[in-house]
Amino acid sequence: MIVFGVPLPAILGQLTLGLVNGSFYALLSLGLAVIFGLLGIVNFAHGAFYMLGAFAAYIGMQAFGVNYWFALILAPLTVAILGIIIERLFLRHLYRLDPLYGLLLTFGIALIAEGIMRDRFGASGKSYPVPHLLRGVFDLGFMVLPIYRAWVVAASLTVCGMTWFLLERTRLGAILRAATENARLVQAFGINVPLIVMGTYGAGVALAALAGVLAAPVVQVSPLMGSSLVIVVFAVVVIGGMGSIFGAVVSGVSLGLIEGFTKVIYPEASNIVVFVIMAVVLIWRPAGLFGKE
Amino acid sequence: MKLGSLTGALAAIFGVLTTQAAAAADPVVIGDIDDLSGVYADAQGQGGIEAVNMAIADFGGSVLGRKIVLLTADHQNKPDIGATKFREWADQNGLNMLLGGSNTGVSIAMAKVAAAKKVPFIVIGAGGASLTGADCTPYSVHYAYDTTALANGTASTIVKNGGKSWFFITADYAFGTQLQDAAARVVTANGGKVLGSVRVPLGATDFSSFLLQAQSSGAQVLGLANAGTDFSNSLKGANEFGITKTMKPAALLAFISDIHSLTLQTAQGLYLTTGWYWDLNEETRAFGKRFFAKMHREPTMDQAGAYSATLQYLNAVKAAGSTDSDKVMTELKQAKLNDMFVKNGYIRADGLMVHNMYVMQVKTPAESKYAWDYYKVIKVMPGAEADGTQPDPACTLVKK
Repeated sequence: MIVFGVPLPAILGQLTLGLVNGSFYALLSLGLAVIFGLLGIVNFAHGAFYMLGAFAAYIGMQAFGVNYWFALILAPLTVAILGIIIERLFLRHLYRLDPLYGLLLTFGIALIAEGIMRDRFGASGKSYPVPHLLRGVFDLGFMVLPIYRAWVVAASLTVCGMTWFLLERTRLGAILRAATENARLVQAFGINVPLIVMGTYGAGVALAALAGVLAAPVVQVSPLMGSSLVIVVFAVVVIGGMGSIFGAVVSGVSLGLIEGFTKVIYPEASNIVVFVIMAVVLIWRPAGLFGKE
Repeated sequence: MKLGSLTGALAAIFGVLTTQAAAAADPVVIGDIDDLSGVYADAQGQGGIEAVNMAIADFGGSVLGRKIVLLTADHQNKPDIGATKFREWADQNGLNMLLGGSNTGVSIAMAKVAAAKKVPFIVIGAGGASLTGADCTPYSVHYAYDTTALANGTASTIVKNGGKSWFFITADYAFGTQLQDAAARVVTANGGKVLGSVRVPLGATDFSSFLLQAQSSGAQVLGLANAGTDFSNSLKGANEFGITKTMKPAALLAFISDIHSLTLQTAQGLYLTTGWYWDLNEETRAFGKRFFAKMHREPTMDQAGAYSATLQYLNAVKAAGSTDSDKVMTELKQAKLNDMFVKNGYIRADGLMVHNMYVMQVKTPAESKYAWDYYKVIKVMPGAEADGTQPDPACTLVKK
């Protein structure tokens, strides 16, 4: 069977890969959406935290012998602490100002982080091995899927589901959402809002770092790995609706699929298709697909 | 108001005085415009700047009694930035010679400035052979390697070893397409076939889709017509998807920095072509050792090339007794070039520096005996074999 001049098995293969990349986008945009939705900060350092997560895993393995599974917990934790320090020192002074200031600050932080890592590790980066348990491939008939990629899909979607549940279905989530609606009122109920905000930023950063650890075995761990991705992820969040958790996940996965499809039909356009879709969506729905008008 | 115009006048006088003072000292100005922060920053980058500084120091820091100074800039892989910076230095800083770093697209833009401003332009890190073909200028020299030599080295070796059918994954800009074209010509000339290719935007984050297309083509050889992180990520993906079991990967351009970051485990067995390797002989090892002491890594061919090009330019200035661009170019084009990078090299009418190229195979982890022991020499290609004996007829400088 031939679809758009491409054999069906090839299409299925590309869609599977699109799903893998899409779940990745979803995980990254999730953190961005959480930070924007709850703090109103356009976190341009997200790509840098993703990169630092991957490097934390690499350094952990090289210097302390920390294996992949522990790195999945420890790297996000380490990077989250860094995020919290940044929030306490700099970001918290910007909440009452125009979002542009937060954007500029986080962009600056991203450049500094990239510069330091480039100076220390070089632009071509480092290799991180695939953990033993996840080596090998599944033969799906129409393609071979590395077991590790399947694990990335499962892990990302689980984390997305858990985050959604935490925010929408628990008391903590209700407090978080209330704090963004009216921080002073929530504070009047005796809830420590600055602590909540700090924790939220830390959690968003941890999500980015987790994505970094998940990516480390499949891409070169390089200082620039985040900067090329963060722009796409921003487009994903904008398409989904800034701040909408559900929108971020849905548009992440679907854009991964569309991008995968483009890579077969017209590969040269694969790095702009997301932005074309963003433009179309913004014309049609300025607040994004799932954003509140 | 009166005070304001007085300070203005003073400033103007001071400006004139300082300009005159500068004219008296009149340093020899060398520029280096390269990717200092992006995907190619390890091929030349800061290490290249260090190598140029080493060359200036080895030359004694001055020529014709004039101090040698080095200007550097990051072109961020953007042709407009590279060309603007070159023009600015030529107009305002008395630039005498420019070294060009990675990225063929940027180098083509800078070559046009070299022709307009009549400033010698020595291309090191960019590979596109059109720099001595359709884009050649009387002031350009293509120094370390070019896409023709890479194809003649790697592609012909692999075709002759039985890799007859090819699929290319190509970086979608001047360098990638020129490299693919050159390799495809070599493949078909040697009785091989090109089954397909896919053009991937520079800096793509995921290559798996393209690798899958390569695999379904049924080709024997996976030709990687890309460089830097793009090359590393495509090779990593090929390993992960088990493609290297059925297809033989061919690195059409890989630097030792790429092999180092990929590790031998992933890169072992790869064929590649290089203009220089630190472990070729006593001279190269000595340079490697000095470089390593400063940068904590062995130099790439581009970094060694930047050292050599600086030295040879300064030799030419000394021999010509002038920094006049035409005199220096004449001197450069009639000189025999000899140093730790090049033996009996010479610069052809079209600007190509003809020198030995080496076809290498990446060692297995077991074969590697010490740090950075990565390559074994498969073949030494004399310059004439690497680049042909005839200049590219597309170059307008060549008499037809």
